[in-house]
Amino acid sequence: MSEPTIPVRPFTAAAFNQYLGEKKLMAAKCKKCGGAFVPPRAICPKCHSEDIEWVETSGKGKLAAFTVIYSGPTFMVEQGFDKKNPYVSGIVELEEGTNISARITGLDVSKPAEIKIGSPLKVDFVKFGEGEARKTYLAFKA
Amino acid sequence: MPKSKSLPRGVVVVGAGMSKFGAFAEKNSRDLFVEAFKEMTKSVDKGLDPSIIETLYIGNFTSDQFERQAHIAPILTDAVGLLPRPALRVEDACASGGVALRQGVMAIASGMVDVALVGGAEKMTALKTAEVTEALATAADVSYEIPAGFTFPGFYAAMATAYMHRYGMKPEHLMNVAIKNHDNAALNPYAQFGVTIQKWMEGRIEAAIKKGKPAPTWSTIWDFLHDEAGNPTVAWPLRLFDCSPVSDGAAAILLVAAERAHEFTDHPIHIIGSGQASDSALHDRPELTAIPAAKIAAQTAYEMAGVTAKDIRIAEVHDCFTIAEIIASEDLGFFAPGEGFKAAEDGVTARNGAKPINTSGGLKAKGHPVGASGVAQAVEVFKQMRGQAGERQVAGDVPVALTHNVGATGSTCVVHVYERRN
Ligand SMILES: [Zn+2]
Repeated sequence: MSEPTIPVRPFTAAAFNQYLGEKKLMAAKCKKCGGAFVPPRAICPKCHSEDIEWVETSGKGKLAAFTVIYSGPTFMVEQGFDKKNPYVSGIVELEEGTNISARITGLDVSKPAEIKIGSPLKVDFVKFGEGEARKTYLAFKA
Repeated sequence: MPKSKSLPRGVVVVGAGMSKFGAFAEKNSRDLFVEAFKEMTKSVDKGLDPSIIETLYIGNFTSDQFERQAHIAPILTDAVGLLPRPALRVEDACASGGVALRQGVMAIASGMVDVALVGGAEKMTALKTAEVTEALATAADVSYEIPAGFTFPGFYAAMATAYMHRYGMKPEHLMNVAIKNHDNAALNPYAQFGVTIQKWMEGRIEAAIKKGKPAPTWSTIWDFLHDEAGNPTVAWPLRLFDCSPVSDGAAAILLVAAERAHEFTDHPIHIIGSGQASDSALHDRPELTAIPAAKIAAQTAYEMAGVTAKDIRIAEVHDCFTIAEIIASEDLGFFAPGEGFKAAEDGVTARNGAKPINTSGGLKAKGHPVGASGVAQAVEVFKQMRGQAGERQVAGDVPVALTHNVGATGSTCVVHVYERRN
């Protein structure tokens, strides 16, 4: 008897978010040229190959750019962030060589000038929302 | 990238006008577009019979969100009495106006039409600030960028941190751009903020005294710009005066085939280069201290025009945030990477400098009704090149000029090069 094959999840935002809910930061890897992509791509932007597979990233990266936001969108305000309690958003360069936008936690927001580009970061998953709106957001911890 | 081709037929601007930019509770985008259209009509030297206009391209980012009115192109066409001409709403976020201009250029260059109206309109102030922020955020990647908590000031702030880290710029350097653009806007009667930062500060002090409140102790604009009470942080390192405002406004220009220019004016402005490029979300780019699509669009436009960055006498660039103007001045090849902030500090980009940028006041101080901005840039260049910019007219000839219009963080960039021949 052959083993049942596990259907491959499509290379979509929904599948990426489903993985986040399982605390996995997944990359789409091109089997032809080896390029790894977060967010996932169904077609390799480097070689146009459609032969792609999911691989789990190491979850390690470093800070490439950041900002301390004092006035955020509604879903951040609902999490208690405002002028008096700002938060950090940033771009993280993953060990795999691809970048992604994420919340950055564990930094001292009162001293933004002392936050260092290049700081090592580790993936984290922030759950927010009630009932059907409950969602896992990608974050990185300093 | 395929090589840029030259225009198969010459295209010229023969009329240009804009509404006043600002916050107008009593006006919607069609009212503003009518104002811009009338200003454009007035500017045509030999007069304009509007019935010869064959088609319309109108930049508008999101009237659906801002005014709950989609399908705005035929409505604006009707408002200026041009039914039943074909009209297209062009949407590429904040680059909508510049891309509409490119559509008009292509239509005329192709030979399909001789006379095209290019417009742009946006009515943003009917929504609350938080709603405007969220509407603008839809120009970013809603699946992968917005869940990180990013706002538009946040994206450009992040570029600023990468730039500061790489080139040693300080947040204070950004203030030079805001000061310059307010100085220029103070001489532009169509600007939303037609005041210098000095006057703005004095107004704040006066208002406090009038209300019997303790007067702020700012003695220079630098005190004011460094004070959270005068210039609050929005997204570090960007403060309020690093950001363009929420605006209502419209602009319109008349494009015609070069061979028919003489019917309208003896001083047409030729569009000799047009370039446009697309890019990914900000995080997916190989560099964060430049906008790659702007470099490609500029290169394409320069190549088509047969000019280089050195030939550009003045430029209107997309300064949605102060850092954006500095990066633009490098992407366009005016200054080497990492030198743009020094050029701003040294006054090179001032109205009387070697490379005047944003003589209109820019998006920063003239205002940024997003879909209109790219077209309003062409209006300023048209006036400056013809010596009609009034008090803010640059000294000497302006034989070659450029406009640079960016959508979102640079996912769309469009550049045009203009030439005056007589
Ligand atoms: Zn590949």
